[in-house]
Amino acid sequence: MSDLAQRRDDVVTPTQDDETRKVRYRGGGFSPKPRAFIAPIVFLVLVVIWEIGSHFGLIPPIVLPSPSEVLQALKDLVQSGLLWKHLSASLYRLIIGFTCGTILGLAAGALIGLWSYPRAALRPLVAAIFPIPKIALLPLFIIWFGIGEGSKVATILFGSFFPTVIATYGGIDAVDRSLINMGQSFNLSRWSIIRKIIFPSALPAILNGMRISASISIILLVAAEMIGAEYGIGAYVLLAGNLMSTDQLIAGVILLSILGLVVSYLISLAEQYFLRWRK
Amino acid sequence: MDLEIRNLSHKYNDLEVLKSISLEIRSGQIVCIVGPSGCGKSTLLRMIGGLEQPTSGGVYQIGEPPADSLNPLTYIFQDFALLPWRTAWGNISLVLEEHNLGAEAVRERIENVLERTRLTEFANAYPRQLSGGMKQRVAIARALAVNPAVLLMDEPLSALDSQTRELLMDDFVALWQREAFTACYVTHNLAEAVALGHKIIVLSRRPGVIRNVVEIPVPIGERQHGSPELIEIQDQLWEMMREEALSADRELADV
Repeated sequence: MSDLAQRRDDVVTPTQDDETRKVRYRGGGFSPKPRAFIAPIVFLVLVVIWEIGSHFGLIPPIVLPSPSEVLQALKDLVQSGLLWKHLSASLYRLIIGFTCGTILGLAAGALIGLWSYPRAALRPLVAAIFPIPKIALLPLFIIWFGIGEGSKVATILFGSFFPTVIATYGGIDAVDRSLINMGQSFNLSRWSIIRKIIFPSALPAILNGMRISASISIILLVAAEMIGAEYGIGAYVLLAGNLMSTDQLIAGVILLSILGLVVSYLISLAEQYFLRWRK
Repeated sequence: MDLEIRNLSHKYNDLEVLKSISLEIRSGQIVCIVGPSGCGKSTLLRMIGGLEQPTSGGVYQIGEPPADSLNPLTYIFQDFALLPWRTAWGNISLVLEEHNLGAEAVRERIENVLERTRLTEFANAYPRQLSGGMKQRVAIARALAVNPAVLLMDEPLSALDSQTRELLMDDFVALWQREAFTACYVTHNLAEAVALGHKIIVLSRRPGVIRNVVEIPVPIGERQHGSPELIEIQDQLWEMMREEALSADRELADV
């Protein structure tokens, strides 16, 4: 009896010589935090190493010109007024092709997402044409629309059309059924349900699709301009390569990088504005 | 306006879900439908409001709904069904936008229902900023905004924690006392049914038939939480449902 009481006591208050340890923290981690200052430092360090390497002849100029030479090439481009000529030609093709492709893609995606017959008719067609690399169609477009602007715009239009279609009807398919039911239960008109419930629900998916189609458009822009164009960043890069002037070539590539960043920034802005309810 | 369900049956392919259901919902009455899970009570409610079509039989409106009712049969859903991109205000205005009421009348209506559900200060909050209970109150405000003739409530409290549930129950009672509304209230919670129902319909498990109708004579405003009378009724209901629930629980879901 006393034995038992003794033992119970032990459990309740551990004796002094029992080791007391704090429970080790083992949660946390696996969540990268923003470190704003790192990116510029890495960028700067790389450019400095590159400049030093070029300066001391470690990097042959024909392989990679020094950053200062690239900068000079960019300056020349600005001063000669050619920058605007190339850039405007590229932007014109990109904006027209991407805008038309996106608008048509939204329309086709909405048709597929909302009605049975267009869905049955168009979805297999989209599935069959989507995987074709659109560059393969460029020669055909040149025959159809000529070597001028028509074929280039058509390629970009095609390239941005299909991802938009797929993103749009995917977004519409994923709309929460209970919200549509709610709209019906309050007697909202069909058009109201589409405009006020389905479209905003599908918008995140549509904007995601635009991100993809925008980057595809830039790829196609450069490819189309390399095949036959007098002006345009793609033409400029190709010409620089033919003349072995790598400084101009790299300058052109930097312009493309900036173009891509600007486009993705604009889409981020659109997301921030249209999806502000999500945050 | 009264509602009458006449000999309603429903089958999904060969599976009988509801069988010869007949019941009446009188104006100013709250009718609760209880039953084990999968007995088709939510399906029945969807049919009452015209969101689903029964295989045979039907639901009939007797008499005209009040002239100012914009949407006579109005639902309150279990999952609230609020648009996340609209504020509380915007979610309510959604259901008023098509009625050409004029901006001033819409504003008045919204302010009125926000006040009745004690949400005035949350008019500009998005659903993600609101707790479950608040979200359901926005949904209730939205339903009240169209002056429904009959409220169809599909387990409106089931997605909430038990404290919030108690609070919202009190809200329902207060709302009903302020202005008696007609409602069909589907739930699996017998305490809710006993607190709110004038009439409680007990459905059996699949195929759902009406097993029993229990009327509670105590006025809704005078029902004391845990009074012996109510507890007795609740126990009776539980006795009726117990076996059904037990065997429903042991059924394979995909049969």
